[in-house]
Amino acid sequence: MEKMPKWADVVLIPLISLLLAAGLSALVILAIGEDPTAAVKLMVDGALGSSYGWGYTLYYATNFMFTGLAVAVAAHAGLFNIGGEGQAMLGGLGVALICLFIPWPHWTLALLFATLGAGLFGAAWAAIPAYLQAKRGSHIVITTIMFNFIAAAVLNYVLVNVLKPPSSMDPASARFSDTIHLPTLHELLTPLGIAFSKSAPANVSLLVAIAACLAVWLLIWRTPLGFEIRAFGKSEAGARYAGISPVKITIITMMISGALAGMMAINNVMGEAERLVLNATEGAGFIGIAVALMGRNHPFGVFLAAILFGFLYQGGAELALWTNIPRELIVVIQALVILFTGALDNMVRIPLERIFLALRKESN
Amino acid sequence: MTAPAIELKGISKSFGPVQANKDISIRVAPGTIHGIIGENGAGKSTLMSILYGFYKADKGEIWINGNRTEIPDSQAAIAAGIGMVFQHFKLVENFTVLENIVLGAEDGGLLMPSLSKARKILKELAAEYELHVDPDKRIDEIGVGMQQRVEILKALYRQADILILDEPTGVLTPPEADQLFRILDRLRAEGKTIILITHKLREIMDATDTVSVMRRGQMTATVKTSETSPEHLAELMVGRKVLLRVDKVPAKPGKPIVEIEQLRVVDEAGVERLKGIDLTLRAGEIMGIAGVAGNGQSELLEVLGGMRSGEGVIRLNGVDLPLQGAGSDARARRAAHVAHVPEDRQSEGLIMGFHAWENVAFGYHHAPEYQKGLLMDNAVLRADTEAKMAKFDVRPPDPWLEAKSFSGGNQQKIVVAREIERNPELLLIGQPTRGVDIGAIEFIHKQIVALRDQGKAILLVSVELEEILSLADRVAVMFDGRIMGERAVDETDEKELGLMMAGVAGEVA
Repeated sequence: MEKMPKWADVVLIPLISLLLAAGLSALVILAIGEDPTAAVKLMVDGALGSSYGWGYTLYYATNFMFTGLAVAVAAHAGLFNIGGEGQAMLGGLGVALICLFIPWPHWTLALLFATLGAGLFGAAWAAIPAYLQAKRGSHIVITTIMFNFIAAAVLNYVLVNVLKPPSSMDPASARFSDTIHLPTLHELLTPLGIAFSKSAPANVSLLVAIAACLAVWLLIWRTPLGFEIRAFGKSEAGARYAGISPVKITIITMMISGALAGMMAINNVMGEAERLVLNATEGAGFIGIAVALMGRNHPFGVFLAAILFGFLYQGGAELALWTNIPRELIVVIQALVILFTGALDNMVRIPLERIFLALRKESN
Repeated sequence: MTAPAIELKGISKSFGPVQANKDISIRVAPGTIHGIIGENGAGKSTLMSILYGFYKADKGEIWINGNRTEIPDSQAAIAAGIGMVFQHFKLVENFTVLENIVLGAEDGGLLMPSLSKARKILKELAAEYELHVDPDKRIDEIGVGMQQRVEILKALYRQADILILDEPTGVLTPPEADQLFRILDRLRAEGKTIILITHKLREIMDATDTVSVMRRGQMTATVKTSETSPEHLAELMVGRKVLLRVDKVPAKPGKPIVEIEQLRVVDEAGVERLKGIDLTLRAGEIMGIAGVAGNGQSELLEVLGGMRSGEGVIRLNGVDLPLQGAGSDARARRAAHVAHVPEDRQSEGLIMGFHAWENVAFGYHHAPEYQKGLLMDNAVLRADTEAKMAKFDVRPPDPWLEAKSFSGGNQQKIVVAREIERNPELLLIGQPTRGVDIGAIEFIHKQIVALRDQGKAILLVSVELEEILSLADRVAVMFDGRIMGERAVDETDEKELGLMMAGVAGEVA
């Protein structure tokens, strides 16, 4: 017997958690002497009130979908991949190499191979901690964190010593060729007669991210591999009984996870910056953890949570731009959302379960 | 008439929507052994936990020796003279017997006075109840039977007049169990009151004066043991007539299906668990493996089932099975028509958070009939689950229910259905009826016998000697990673097997 209906689990709990986080954030804003209602209005206007705002919200959401999916896939195998940040950095390197050194005739072909390259680099970067966990018992949380730092150092070295054009002072690669420029939402939607802001960075990668959500859903719930990943995540002893190799599943799952995190680079490196810069990931790898947590490791949940966090990111930037509320406070608000939706899940869940139980007893 | 040692009046306890105890009243006369019998989940343990102060009853009263007593925690239970011997001992392995007995009952900040006092009391107790143990031996140096004695002494040291024993014979060999019952007799003779919780009908019949039967949270009957029979008790437990003996025709053993030669297994810690096993399993025969838990039976099942690597030879229908590296895993074993009902269905045989239909695919998720292109054919799988649930009478027959929502018996039916319906050449089955209610036991035994009668080989591992004697055709006894002897079931008895289980070699038959 279920303790409460499914809709309450997937809709009501996140909603209540969000409201709690919003309420507490409002108190924080009040405490620094600003007006919470004005702040909310500014955030909503700035992130969702115009196609320009939506363009940024969706651009951030695209990043978060990839990194959120990465964390979700690993979580199904009981693995906590904190290395999305590093894997996304390496994905960026893969994209840069493919875009800089191969003269692509058309962006479609370039996108296809850039996606593969980004995935391959991300997967390779995740494979090392995975191997260490599976074969040597080094804890994946520790190793993936360390690999984030190593990735940053590698990228720094490559940018400064290899990819930086000789004449440039900026630790960044050369610009990619114009022929492989990815169409933005403006360019995609204008032929359909829909006006969309020209300067917003959201681009065709959003569609790739949505496709990735679908693919992950199929993988996890419809394939024998997904079956093995979930079984392993729930019981390692059970996996051994069923002939599922813990070593194989750990490495394969982490490589899929790393590939997804790496693929983020087609959005931020190829789609937006059109060159590889330092710190291109901007913490999206870590936001992915919150996104997966809030989305309950389900691709559709990740999709929604990614848009929510895209909104928080863009709305927060607007807030910092137009009010005296500092940028850091936005981080506080985001942290509150993570705290309530992820870490304090039981605080909402247990009372809610009691209420549903009481309701059911009465109706019986 | 003297006041009852324990009287419970109208005890009720529920956990959320589950009513574990419903209006239970019971009177235990002083100086008697009172049995409480019931299937798993009938509420025996909950009731005893209330009596020992682990849970608080929602309703009801506890009277000890004629006085109303509140038992909010285990200290209060001890103060009221109640001692508990748990199924899993609560002893510190690297402490001596003496230190374990004093632990938690020290007086003062210095240990020495307590220890020397305890040593004196221990000597008196040993004389009084014939409970001899060496007080200076460490717990990990003495056997399980001795450890249980220490638990009893712990309770007596705390001046318990009422002893509760929860499934005390689960880990004992038959001779050790007999010894335990002699101790209990002695304790009763000295005026102690004993509550014996068990699911074994034979123990109830042998040891108790009075027996109370629990079913689904309720006390269905309390009868004098001398006025009842095992069949009657089983009926009270299940609520319908059950067949206690397995109904089967004599085996017609055919050709050898599995030949095991000099099989060795070394575990992760480097300990040799199997020290050269030779065993032949024939078509149409159930081979039972008897032994006290932890003597290599689990490893034998695991190496045969591909969950562990080993050395030596396992030949299935004339073909050597790889025991190491590629092709030695459980998936390869399934492909070779070896089915396996594991000892621990909750952590191995099933994924508790998976739906029933996912669990029906578990281990066979690569089977061609469950695939549709790159994806799994969940519709076919669910239809298959419904068919298996109907055939094996799984209740409720809902493929969407998660494994953890089924009772132990129904969980086991799902595992058995999955494995037997593959029509294996060899069925490995470990503890087929552990935690399974009597009704389901009867059903599962029938399925195993039916598979035997189709000419398949079956290896049955069970710590319940009774189960092996009634279900198996031959029995091999394991002790310390070796086979001590092999017998036809109708040419041996519990006494002989009990000796072999304790490590006394039988003549090779």
